[in-house]
Parts: sequence; C-alpha cells; structure tokens
Amino acid sequence: MRLVVDRDVCDLHGQCVFTAPALFRFDEAGQLEFTAEVPVGAEANASAAVSVCPTGAITLLE
Amino acid sequence: MTELRRILVVGGSLAGLRAAEGLRREGYEGELSILSGERQMPYDRPPLSKEVLTGEMEADAVRLVVAEDLGAEWILDDPAVELDLGRRVVRSRGGRDLRFDGLVIATGSTPRRLRPLDVARPGICELRTLDDALELRQALAARPRVVIVGCGFIGVEVASAARALGSEVSIVSIDPPLIVGGALVSGVCAQMLADSGARLALGRQVVAVEGEPGVEAVVLDDGTRLEADLVVVAVGARPVTDWLEGSGLVVEDGVVCDACCAALGAERIVAAGDVSRWPNLLFDATPMRIEHWTNAVEQGMAAARTLLRGSDAQTAYAPVPSFWSDHLGTRLQTVGVPRLADRSVVVEGSLAERRFVAAAYQGDQLVAAVTYGMARALVPYRIKLADGRVPASGATA
Repeated sequence: MRLVVDRDVCDLHGQCVFTAPALFRFDEAGQLEFTAEVPVGAEANASAAVSVCPTGAITLLE
Repeated sequence: MTELRRILVVGGSLAGLRAAEGLRREGYEGELSILSGERQMPYDRPPLSKEVLTGEMEADAVRLVVAEDLGAEWILDDPAVELDLGRRVVRSRGGRDLRFDGLVIATGSTPRRLRPLDVARPGICELRTLDDALELRQALAARPRVVIVGCGFIGVEVASAARALGSEVSIVSIDPPLIVGGALVSGVCAQMLADSGARLALGRQVVAVEGEPGVEAVVLDDGTRLEADLVVVAVGARPVTDWLEGSGLVVEDGVVCDACCAALGAERIVAAGDVSRWPNLLFDATPMRIEHWTNAVEQGMAAARTLLRGSDAQTAYAPVPSFWSDHLGTRLQTVGVPRLADRSVVVEGSLAERRFVAAAYQGDQLVAAVTYGMARALVPYRIKLADGRVPASGATA
C-alpha cells in the first residue's frame, strides 16, 4: 500500500503525526514528511491516519 | 453471539458515517440503514464557524465524501423519537418503525439554550448546522454590531470571523474563554480577543434583550447595556438523548457506555461521538464525554468494532483525545485532557508571543499538552500520553 498526501490540501494539523508517528513526522522546518511505502503490518495505522486528517489530504492506495 | 443481519445507525453526521464505514471495513455485509435528523447528507462542522462564515469556503466544500460502495440506506430529515428495547425498534418522527439487530447511537449534540435569549426571535441565532452557518454568514455580511454570548470554541471562532469581516464584537460570558484548554490558554485567548478589538464582558450574563421585533441591545446583569444588531448564542451543547428517555438505557449527560462504547443495560447497542459517555481507561475510570471532531472519527470506528466483536480487551476505546481551533490568525491544539490538570508548565515558546507549548499535569502525571502555533512540539507529548500511561483497570467497565 502507498500513501499520497495532497500538499495543497494539507493544513499541517499534524493529526496524522499524532496517530501514526512511525509513518508521518514534521521536519525541522515544521513541514510534513511521510513514508510513502507502507511497511507490512502498518496498514491499519496508515488507514487511521487517513481517517483523522481534518482536511482529507491523505489517500491510501492499494 | 447471534449474527447481525440488520444494523441501524441513528445520526447522520461524522460519528455515524465513520461507524458505518467501520462496519463495512470490519467485514459486515448485512443491511445497513442510517437515520438522520439533518436535511443534508453528512457534512463537516469545523468550517461552519470559520471558513464558511468568512466566505473562504462554500457550502459544497464542507460535504463529507460518502463512498458509493458503502451500501447504506440513508433516511434524512427524520429524527428518531423513541427506542423500544424490547422489540428492538427505533421509531422516527415521520412514523417509521426501524427494526435492528445492532444499533449505533450517534445523535450528536445540540446547542444549549439560555433565557432570555430566544433563538426564534429575529436577530438572535445559534450555530450548529450548515443552514445556521449560511444564515449567520448572510447576517455578518451587513457588518452588524454583534454580541456573542459564550466563549467556547464557537464563541471565539465566531468572534474571530466577525472581527475579520469588520463587525464590532462584544463577548458576554460567565466563563473565561476556552476553559476546556486550561487556564494558560484561557489567559492568552482573552488577550488575543482584546487585541483584535473585541470587547470582553467576562463573568457577566445577559438579563434582557431590547428591541421589537429584532434586537437593539442586550442588558447585562451589572446593568451594562450593549447595543447590538445580532446576538449569537454559543453557550455549549447538550447530547441529543431525548429520544432515549424511558428506553431502559442508562442516560446521564450522554449514553453511558462500557470501556468499549457498548451502551450499559442493553445488548448489541453502541454509542459514539458527542452523545457517548464512556470510561477512557487511559486516564481514569470516570466516564467522559468528548465533543471534538477527532473523537467522532475515532469513536465511530471503535464503536463499529465493538458492535461486531463484543466488548473485550481488544475493542476497548482508550484514545488520547485531541482538538484544534483556528482563530485570530493562529491555531490552538491540544492532546490529552487539559481539564484534568492542576498545573501547567510552558516548555517551549512564550505566552507573550502567543506561540508556546505547555505541558499539563495532574500531580506528577502528564495529562495533556497544549499549544498555540507549534503543532510539531506536541508530538512527543502525544506519544508519551499514549505509551506512558497504564490503563486504570481491566478493559470492560
């Protein structure tokens, strides 16, 4: 599975970082970084991050 | 447990939608109906007190995406009026009798009313629904003198939008601003409101409204008279449980649930979102009710799991609550439960710059962290709150 973030829609709430810190993080400048290729076993975590994004910026592709 | 063939979700907003999606994701293939008192398909509420008021967002943009393959029957504009636990039937205002094997209660909350502020009177309004927001936007466009009664999220966000649109704004509130965020947040928010030009009458309440048929002024309990064209009542919300009275469910400021969101006193009934009161064992055994967006999402999904699998250690719902509020050009964010704290310590940034992170403790125990403008610095606290706490006792209450 693969994560995609629409940077135009992302508003840097950080809910994905709170929910799935193994997949999403803030860099030093406060911008969002993420692991696009979801490791095996982290699928549920990735899906939870999609659900808690207030702006719907994250998509999980099969 | 008997097989579930027919699940009814009562409430067609965020928690109800996420519960319905959760049921399908967990493999439920039976009949699924969603009964909603709203005229509209689900929409997102946070923008209603922000971008929708300022015109940065149109009504269409707040609609929540409902997947075509959800496979649910939507019944709109028809609120539930009665639950018959014996027959396992929900009756709607329109006279429908909806039978269920499993039930998700997600009826949310509704604005509290406060005398003498009659929202049916022209010039007095409240904000909960998309229709409310569009009406308020139209009223604000004329740059009325606004009195906002209440100083929670809605009050502060409406004040922010109204100031941005050029209105004179007064806030009348018994409580200081955003008490849910704790004393530090409250003090900073009050200062920001004052800096924005809003007038604050804290510790005060409205005793009379002048004008007929509209509004000309409100009179406060200290005799102050505030001229106004528009009064916005934003004094909090109460859970929508009227329809459950006498049903046999335990209703005490919300539907009382076990640690897995299963309603006490019933089989295969769960509650999620604003209407649910459950013990979050990450904190303590006292049932809590959370009116935040993130909780509606997470608890909707958790309640779906419990409905399908039953209450056990795997389906316990023990989240780190979080909320945000955009106002006055910045963003407030919290993880944990600030109201449990007896002291807060600024750990980064400064109050004077309105950019800081504070850790909140109950005794020696971290219970929350709050920030204005520094979301990144909350991350380690979120992790600590999730990992560092030991659930108070077993998974089921």
